[in-house]
Amino acid sequence: MELLSNLALGFQTAVSPMNLLYCLVGALIGTLIGVLPGIGPVQTIAILLPTTFALPPVSALIMLAGIYYGAQYGGSTTSILVNVPGEASSVVTCLDGHQMARQGRGGAALTIAALGSFVAGCFATVVLALLAVPLAELAFRFGPAEYFSLMVFGLVGSVVLASGSLIKAVGMIVVGLLLGMVGTDVTSGAHRFTFGIPELADGVGFVSLAMGLFGICDIITSLEKREKRDILKSRLTGFWLSRRELREAAPAVVRGTLLGSLLGILPGGGAIISSFTAYMIEKKSSRRPESFGKGNICGVAGPESANNAAAQTSFVPLLTLGIPPNVVLAMMAGAMMIHGIQPGPRVITSNPALFWGVIVSMWVGNLMLILLNLPLIGIWVRLLTVPYRLLYPAILVFCCIGLYSVNNNTFDIGLTALCGLLGYGLHKLECEPAPLILGFVLGPMMEENLRRAMLLARGDPSVFFTRPLSLAFLVLALLLLIAVALPGIRRGRDKAFTE
Amino acid sequence: MRIRNPTDFLTGLLFLFFGAAAMLLSRGLTLGTAAKMGPGYFPFALGALLCALGGFLLARGVLSAAAGGWPSLQIKPLFVILSSVVLFSQILNPLGLLLSTALLVLLASAASHEFRWKEALINAAVLVGIVLTVFVYFLEFQIPVWPAPGGRGM
Repeated sequence: MELLSNLALGFQTAVSPMNLLYCLVGALIGTLIGVLPGIGPVQTIAILLPTTFALPPVSALIMLAGIYYGAQYGGSTTSILVNVPGEASSVVTCLDGHQMARQGRGGAALTIAALGSFVAGCFATVVLALLAVPLAELAFRFGPAEYFSLMVFGLVGSVVLASGSLIKAVGMIVVGLLLGMVGTDVTSGAHRFTFGIPELADGVGFVSLAMGLFGICDIITSLEKREKRDILKSRLTGFWLSRRELREAAPAVVRGTLLGSLLGILPGGGAIISSFTAYMIEKKSSRRPESFGKGNICGVAGPESANNAAAQTSFVPLLTLGIPPNVVLAMMAGAMMIHGIQPGPRVITSNPALFWGVIVSMWVGNLMLILLNLPLIGIWVRLLTVPYRLLYPAILVFCCIGLYSVNNNTFDIGLTALCGLLGYGLHKLECEPAPLILGFVLGPMMEENLRRAMLLARGDPSVFFTRPLSLAFLVLALLLLIAVALPGIRRGRDKAFTE
Repeated sequence: MRIRNPTDFLTGLLFLFFGAAAMLLSRGLTLGTAAKMGPGYFPFALGALLCALGGFLLARGVLSAAAGGWPSLQIKPLFVILSSVVLFSQILNPLGLLLSTALLVLLASAASHEFRWKEALINAAVLVGIVLTVFVYFLEFQIPVWPAPGGRGM
């Protein structure tokens, strides 16, 4: 019954006119950037972070969360109609969704993508509400040793998500951790790696790093490619599903929802990996695997449900343990810290209205999305005709003004250009920036917990292996590393990323 | 010696550079002991780890059986986009938001291979309008809009 009163509290927060408005704004912006290829939730959250400073933390988080799950709705539209993924998590939707559109069932594909996402979103909200309290209570029993090991586990998880070389991904984590060290050391007050620059005393700005690595760098690399989009010109008709399509797609929605909910919670999980896995499972378990890639509705329903479920359940580790499982949630963690809220088990008790408000807002946002998405598809499609050469200067302008407003100085803008250069170099060297951002967010917490654990154990590192929970996290991390390094699984993973 | 896999090799160099820099800079800080870590302890250890990873990648880049090509760079988008951002940061305070935004849009637009003067000018005008409405009028950002009198530079 406590759950009901909690949800009631969340409902009160989420349906206040102001929060409803920001939920709508977030969901709409999310859909918009989901539709547009080349700009995803990570860049958008980075760009819009500064504009949320003036808002109360609840409204800011509700809006930013809306961007993440809204993008999962929007991404499918582009995949189906243009055969270009609007989002990385909608890559597999292209395979069957676009074929359906070519066969005149584009409307049905869009409907099942939206319906599947809605079912998944509702279910994931319940999962989030049910898991949050027990997990946070568990986290309260963690000492510094457990936290340190948990963060190691979380960081190793981000390696799974990165494509390409394992060593490079681990190196990117370390670079991120080191960047997180820049600034004043909390314990001793010493300035580290600041090169005597006063603006660096507070550390490298999260917004600068994120915008440089994702916003600016993506613009530069997009400009190097000269691709043309080919939009399906035929009129969209037939949004209703036939009875046969519904019967085929319903189990796929259920499977995708369950899978996505599970994968979203695990470190390294999230929308992208869930949609790939869901597609593979649908294809393997189908009685007609040869029909995949030729417009099988399960190939749309499964992944689209999975990515939305995962987008939402990935809030579980952030809000209960303080560990962001993927890069979008690392952005959310950064946003929370900027608003003065330390992500972790204390959020539920010290800030219940915020916690439950954000959770309930996800359900409200999903409801808004399903009501708005299908009627607005005409507008979204027209947006796709806006050429990139007009779009990217606008993104740059928003970046620069947002950066200035963080500290009302121009230093952050220059720093972002430098981070953009770093990001470009890393892109060329085939190093993924996602592990770097996770390392950056977790770095300071990780060091603090390491120091405290070692202080309590009087310098004996065996503390990490003698405490059962801590050992369990380290063993899990090791198993995960071995699993990623094994040739068989490696091939499977590479295949999933290239398919 | 032939470098068989240049991206591995270059990444190795980069990691070695970052790792060595971290170790060198940490030496100026108190290292402390394992029980009482100073501000230099964790960064020093991370630097050492990064150097090890870098060394491994360097060796793999030279010895690897999987040969790869050198990364291809395009200077124009990189240079134009980065310099437009740096330019904005330099001129915002003396020239104000209005002119800086317009210049940022015009310069950045030139990075595209589909650049057209007329289109870029219209885009700049539209974006200046949006920026003034959204950031100055609605969100009330504290940001200089007009050129500072007397050309006060920063």
